[in-house]
Amino acid sequence: MNNFTYLQATAAKDATAAVAGTKEAAFIAGGTTLLDLMKLDVENHSQLVDINMLAFKGVEQTADGLRIGALERMSDVGENPLVLQNYPVISQSLLLAASPQLRNMASIGGNILQRTRCGYFRDTAFPCNKRQPGSGCPAQDGENRGLAILGGSKSCIATYPGDLAVALVALDAVLLLENSKGKQRRVPLVDFHVVPGSTPQRETVIEPGELIVSVTVPAAAHARKSMYLKVRDRASYAFALASAAVGLDVQGGQIRSARVALGGVGTKPWRSLAAEKVLTGAPATEATFRAAAAAAVRDAQPHEQNRFKVELAQNTLVRALTELSAA
Amino acid sequence: MENEPAFFETSPTPSSVGQPMNRVDGRDKVMGRAKYSAEYPLPGLTYGVLKTSDIAKGKIQNIDTSAAAKAPGVLAIYTHLNLPKLAKTPNDADGKKAIGAPMGFLPLTSDVIYYAGQPVALVVADTFERATQAATLVRVTYAAEQPIAAYTDPKAQLFNPEKIQDGKADGYTRRGDARAALASSPIKMTAVYTHAINHHNPMEPGSTTAIWEAPDRLTVYESTQGVTRTQKSLAAMLGLPQDQVRVVTKFLGGGFGCKGSCWPHTVLTAQAAKGVGRPVKLVLSRKQQFTSMGHREDQTQTLTLGATNEGKLTALIHEKTSTTSPWDNYAESNSKIINLLYECPTFESHYQLARGNVMTSTFTRAPGEAPGSFAIECSMDDLAYQLGIDPIEIRLRNYAEKDPSTGQAWSSKSLRQCYARGAELFGWSKRNPKAGVTKDGRTLVGWGMATASYPVHSSQGTARVRLFADGHAVVQAGATDLGTGTYTVMTQVAADSLGLPPEKVRFELGDTRLPTAPNSGGSVAAGTVSSSVYMAAQDVWQKLTKMATQDPKSPLFKAKPEDVTMEKGRLQLKKDPSKGEDFMALMKRGGLDDIEGSGQGKYGAGYEAGQSANAASDAHKDEAGQHSMHSFGAHFCEVHVDPDLGTVRVTRWVSVHGAGRILNAKTARSQIIGGSIFGIGAALMEATVRDPHYARYVNSDLGDYHIPVNADIPDMTVEFIDEHDPYINAMGVKGIGEISMVGVSAAVANAVFHATGKRVRDLPITPDKILGTKAV
Ligand SMILES: Cc1cc2nc3c(=O)[nH]c(=O)nc-3n(C[C@H](O)[C@H](O)[C@H](O)COP(=O)(O)OP(=O)(O)OC[C@H]3O[C@@H](n4cnc5c(N)ncnc54)[C@H](O)[C@@H]3O)c2cc1C
Ligand code: SF4
Repeated sequence: MNNFTYLQATAAKDATAAVAGTKEAAFIAGGTTLLDLMKLDVENHSQLVDINMLAFKGVEQTADGLRIGALERMSDVGENPLVLQNYPVISQSLLLAASPQLRNMASIGGNILQRTRCGYFRDTAFPCNKRQPGSGCPAQDGENRGLAILGGSKSCIATYPGDLAVALVALDAVLLLENSKGKQRRVPLVDFHVVPGSTPQRETVIEPGELIVSVTVPAAAHARKSMYLKVRDRASYAFALASAAVGLDVQGGQIRSARVALGGVGTKPWRSLAAEKVLTGAPATEATFRAAAAAAVRDAQPHEQNRFKVELAQNTLVRALTELSAA
Repeated sequence: MENEPAFFETSPTPSSVGQPMNRVDGRDKVMGRAKYSAEYPLPGLTYGVLKTSDIAKGKIQNIDTSAAAKAPGVLAIYTHLNLPKLAKTPNDADGKKAIGAPMGFLPLTSDVIYYAGQPVALVVADTFERATQAATLVRVTYAAEQPIAAYTDPKAQLFNPEKIQDGKADGYTRRGDARAALASSPIKMTAVYTHAINHHNPMEPGSTTAIWEAPDRLTVYESTQGVTRTQKSLAAMLGLPQDQVRVVTKFLGGGFGCKGSCWPHTVLTAQAAKGVGRPVKLVLSRKQQFTSMGHREDQTQTLTLGATNEGKLTALIHEKTSTTSPWDNYAESNSKIINLLYECPTFESHYQLARGNVMTSTFTRAPGEAPGSFAIECSMDDLAYQLGIDPIEIRLRNYAEKDPSTGQAWSSKSLRQCYARGAELFGWSKRNPKAGVTKDGRTLVGWGMATASYPVHSSQGTARVRLFADGHAVVQAGATDLGTGTYTVMTQVAADSLGLPPEKVRFELGDTRLPTAPNSGGSVAAGTVSSSVYMAAQDVWQKLTKMATQDPKSPLFKAKPEDVTMEKGRLQLKKDPSKGEDFMALMKRGGLDDIEGSGQGKYGAGYEAGQSANAASDAHKDEAGQHSMHSFGAHFCEVHVDPDLGTVRVTRWVSVHGAGRILNAKTARSQIIGGSIFGIGAALMEATVRDPHYARYVNSDLGDYHIPVNADIPDMTVEFIDEHDPYINAMGVKGIGEISMVGVSAAVANAVFHATGKRVRDLPITPDKILGTKAV
């Protein structure tokens, strides 16, 4: 870890200006990703700008849905009655993540921006295209059991590890961003994270100095009837091997609308429009769910050790859809 | 004392021993008052941080310390270029032996890199943060070579060692002609078992705080399972007389074997403290912990068994292949437990090693017994299914009435009772004998069981008792409390031995200034230290008895010492208890403020030999060294397996052990629970992954190296069989620290088989293996 200076920002423009204007500066919210990576020397920041004083708070019902401030804590959002009631998939994705201590610290904005758990990325002694562009990707023929089967490239197959963003991307969430000039823009979450391609170091479309202000999620029947299923190596406190965020609006046995996203298997929070297409208008039966699951992994490119994820992702999705439609 | 009286002779109804007494140090721990080795705020304390190697094989071409040296607060940077030479290093066989070093190499003695994570520099600064930062500024360039990561590497050269486990066990064992027996057996089965690399990962990482009290006198606050072993190792390396090195470990946050030896960071810290002329504290980071204090090696076992159609074993052939370091032939000795667990007329075992670019593996809780029991206990399960015999019944049919590996009688063995009681507690009789058919909704339910066994390793130690005339006592032994309750149980033993209430006894440990106790390893601590304490108390009573019988004012004046006994602090005649007096009255009258006694406790074969050599009757003499000494037990496990998602959850657990006298029902239960959880971790999730090309770990942190969390563990039922063993030590105590995890992974795997009909022989049993395995 290197030395750094610390600035506490009380206004968004101070924060964005400080980060935009200083090379290697970074925002710090809960710090549970940032400090971890700094201690590992994966990230070296000369200045940290603490944004916890900013007023990016609140979990509220707006005219067209839910608005969550980027500095709300995972635990508070996960236990919020409004979220529990109308967006259960969001609540579940949060409460099944990390540990209570981490959830009490970690923010919504920081959660969305968390970085891969690929072991090569987290250890500077290894080459890694994401950490050091052009150095290589030892995961391709090395340890890749936990890595992605969807959205990977020859350069990188790192999994996006988070849970919340998977739930959010399923429900068409939109991020509100603000830059150092005070300018705000809206980016659908599905477009926020990008696949690695030949530039795995670039993970999102956020610009230097740009802040996540809030997340909005449209209200919908498939949001009210939604769930998150997470499969992992131990019963709690582990990242997903595979997860499914699903929302269904079923009427008279027919699926009117469906939302599907997969976690733990993609290089980004993996919305599956292909699966949704199979589901929409079809009867809510296991056969339909199986067909949707097959569609979701049609483009899978597994490696030696993560081949099981092709089956696991499908089974996870089928189980989630089955449980949800029975609920 | 000539012949050691046994505790259950002098104390048939102990009042404190056995009780579920709360930990005497519990309050201090909860309040943060218990001082661990890295928590001594010494004046002038400085901080050491290791810089470790990025590569696993090659040479250091250049180390540029100039930027680091200029960093604020930096006091010194040590590398192989400037570190003073030690009197002895483990780099040659003689040095290794003299030091008692766990591996035949000491970093910072040359420019050669043998393993990833090998220390290449030690930075000392005035704060931890500054030392940490400066360590990142040390620039090392390497000439890297292609390393060998494991025995599975096609380029690895396999060899058959004559000895394994640091010379302590044979690389080849043969009893009878197993191959011939196999050839003529109607049942033949061969199975291959693999075990991932496991790391001990105690909560408290390795740490050393070294302070030179004088140019030739060192004190070290160390996170170790044995202060005396560390003292000896340091003295040998630093060229000091042993008594010029003091090692202190008042509290330990777990060890599990990785703190059983003196590893390189300890002597490096002492050298750094000498160099900067101030105390230096070094705490390993969690990442460094993975490459600094050993591990359980990656290994494959092939077990072949022959049996009759009735399920009687006729032959066992065991082969193990594993990775060792460039310098040592280390492998856990898995075959020992396989050789003795069941009655089988023939046995053969071979070890095969490959040198990898890894540090030497080391003892890890139940070394050999844990993975060895996985193989034999899964194979016994296979045999049971193949013949349609209940898994307990197959074990009873092969019950070893004597130790098959030596032909000796057991000193005690309550395994039958363990099976019976465990089965009863678990409800085993309701088990459906067919695998893969019991369901709870979508979930497959499976029941499995396995046998546990762990040897009584011969050991000895000393203790001192100081009994005060006001009715309190200070009792001392240089033992270690791994966090498991040594302070507490020894307080109980001392209390009963002295006839005092436990709150009147203070037990002190963890300091080389105290009487020598063995390493807390190999499950010898409870058995050895309790006997030492008891014998020291007997010494006090002998002295007081002598005093009383020579004191004209005592009611015991002129009584024969052998006619006097002690009951709850009162010396009295055996035949007429009304004749006697309280020790306090005796001491006060004699003007004695306090009286000291010391005792030597023996555990295992040494105790038995001593007892029979001194035995009054010749009949007893014949029994010298006649017994094989082991604890036995049985684990029962229920799992729920989700066949679609591959998840395995342990939902019920029963462990029953016969382990001699239980000193404290609560701490003993906690030991068994802890060991079982340790085993469940190895069974279902623990695995350190070494990259096959870089020979470097890719998951060396506790976020990615999974150990069980509360949600993985159900309520556990633990019981002990009442067992009196007169041969093992004066207390009749056997160790329980390791047997608790023996057989655990097999019990889990057997339950998984019962649930799914799929036999997973590759630990840990993670979801991918459940999904990927075909039913057999
Ligand atoms: C052991 C462990 C287990 C975990 N398990 C899980 C799990 O199972 N599931 C899961 O989903 N997550 C898991 N996490 C990840 C955890 O949820 C994230 O670390 C956390 O949500 C990050 O939030 P934070 O506020 O601490 O972010 P920080 O560490 O403060 O920031 C992370 C990044 O986001 C940037 N940032 C933060 N806020 C903003 C903002 N408002 N605008 C712009 N940039 C911002 C920072 O500059 C930094 O680059 C785990 C983490 C750990 C350490
Ligand atoms: S998968 Fe991506 S993060 Fe992992 S080593 Fe390859 S490039 Fe780096």
